[in-house]
Amino acid sequence: MKLSEKYRDEIADILGRYPVRRSALIPLLYLAQREEGFVSEAAMKEIAGLLRLTPPQVYETATFYTMINLKRVGKFHLQVCKSLMCALAGSDTVIGWVKTKLGIGPGETTSDGLFTLSAVECLAACGTAPMMQVNEDYYERLTEDTFDRILVDLKRDGTCSLKSGPFMWPEPANAVRRET
Amino acid sequence: MPKHEFILFKNMMQPGYAGSLQEYERAGGYQALHKFIGKVPPAEVTMAVMKSGLRGRGGAGFPTGVKWGFLPKDYQGPRYLCCNADESEPGTFKDRQLMERDPHQLLEGIVLTCYAIGAESAYIYIRGELILAAKILEQAIEDARAAGYIGANILGTGITANVWVHRGAGAYICGEETALLESLEGKRGLPRFKPPFPATHGLYNKPTVVNNVETLANIPHILGRGPEWFASIGSPPKSTGTRVFCVSGHVKRPGNYEMPMGISFRELIYEVAGGMRSDKPLKAFIPGGASAPFLTPDHLDVKLDFESVAAAGSMLGSGGVTVMEEGTPMVWAALRLMEFFYHESCGKCSPCREGSSWLVQTMRRIVAKRGQMEDLETLVDLCKNIEGRTVCAFGDAAVAPIMSTLKYWRSEYVTLIQEAEAANLIKLEPAGAKR
Repeated sequence: MKLSEKYRDEIADILGRYPVRRSALIPLLYLAQREEGFVSEAAMKEIAGLLRLTPPQVYETATFYTMINLKRVGKFHLQVCKSLMCALAGSDTVIGWVKTKLGIGPGETTSDGLFTLSAVECLAACGTAPMMQVNEDYYERLTEDTFDRILVDLKRDGTCSLKSGPFMWPEPANAVRRET
Repeated sequence: MPKHEFILFKNMMQPGYAGSLQEYERAGGYQALHKFIGKVPPAEVTMAVMKSGLRGRGGAGFPTGVKWGFLPKDYQGPRYLCCNADESEPGTFKDRQLMERDPHQLLEGIVLTCYAIGAESAYIYIRGELILAAKILEQAIEDARAAGYIGANILGTGITANVWVHRGAGAYICGEETALLESLEGKRGLPRFKPPFPATHGLYNKPTVVNNVETLANIPHILGRGPEWFASIGSPPKSTGTRVFCVSGHVKRPGNYEMPMGISFRELIYEVAGGMRSDKPLKAFIPGGASAPFLTPDHLDVKLDFESVAAAGSMLGSGGVTVMEEGTPMVWAALRLMEFFYHESCGKCSPCREGSSWLVQTMRRIVAKRGQMEDLETLVDLCKNIEGRTVCAFGDAAVAPIMSTLKYWRSEYVTLIQEAEAANLIKLEPAGAKR
């Protein structure tokens, strides 16, 4: 089904935020990605039509941004930060765990299609390094134990309670520590 | 370390505070909006912000009130406010906390700024990865709209200010204000030539102000308690107020700390952040995000204000302080940051696009012990051909790690190359030669 039919109201809402239609491009690329897990050429063509752009104009924007997937990725996209601040706290070790436990390196997907690993640049969580993002969620202050639990939980439940809530670090002195 | 007052963190430091509209109101929130909107002329609001001495918290440190004052007075068409929430500078993680823990503080700042500059639309351009922050902000906007703080006819004054969240999609360069505008227009995030500046030709070519999250979050406090109060905090007259310093790396207690500007790095690292993680001596620190040149233990008594850090040869930048202990290989550290800049170069300007690639290749060669002494000259030559030769400040930032580590830890580069040369000599010995 076409995006414009399935998400008519949401698209109208997005378009209503901007005086110039092209501004809705990234939001619509996200919408297409939510639907298929990546942005297909067909989706880009449809978005071009919606925004009165040419397909190359859509492609030109889509290819600039790393969060727009032009290829299918695994069900769980592990994005481990490798920038200096995380590296100082051991992010290379985290990438090593992925290799040992899942058998994939950066840019690879497990054969069951469950996990894709990307080594990414800074995700703004340097005080709680090492960290990774899995789909929409952050997982911070990773240890081998928490990492193992995240993998088990993701496979079993599709999510994990170790994911970060509203961020504050250090936590206020009397805040309730989340169970780890 | 003298005790000080929290401004931006005051609410979120309270036990159980979760940042809802009711909690924010109970803590005195939206009082500045009641007091100023429709009651005090916009020009006076701008004047108050000028008097406070508030400078941009995103990195460049430009005086906020002056920036607002650049908007053309007689322009009749639409004007825009863009809140720069594209927090991507390695070492920086403060805006995320300000948005997720006290979203209404930011929203009140945004609406007051819209009023001051005459903008009816504001976009919060938030980095794409911060999905939780985007959801929290969207909910907060909905609640504030229902309470009459956002939308048409705010608090019955007839004044309009709409606020939308716009998610970026993973490009560091979009934190540069003109790249942010391009991205918000649905294009690749390539910085624009300046001038013209966004104040006259910004979003959709209309007068636009782009301010960082932390900058805008200060506005309700400045207006509510007066510019003189704000100007007395920190390191007046040029660095007023507090900063949220983000401490990362080899310290015992990394995290976000709101401190008055003007405390020293020694105080921040050894008292506030608990000192070195393994009690090894400090070797190096980055004072203001990845774009700021590295500093050494000799600079520990430098004060954390705009002028002092600049005088020490670096910059206060985004307030991200990254600490490295003795034993950290500095060429490796510079390479890590160089890989970041190589990955994030937008590709618009040849010196940066090509140069960052050459820099990464040369640095990788040196770290892999395949370098030669000439590589050091090549590095400097490349850096000098990038610095100052690009449309935006990215080029200058990209060369900072290499230039500053070459300045203070040149011997580590030399050692790696000497080891490479020694290994080569052994290889070049003719077969069968006697050892």
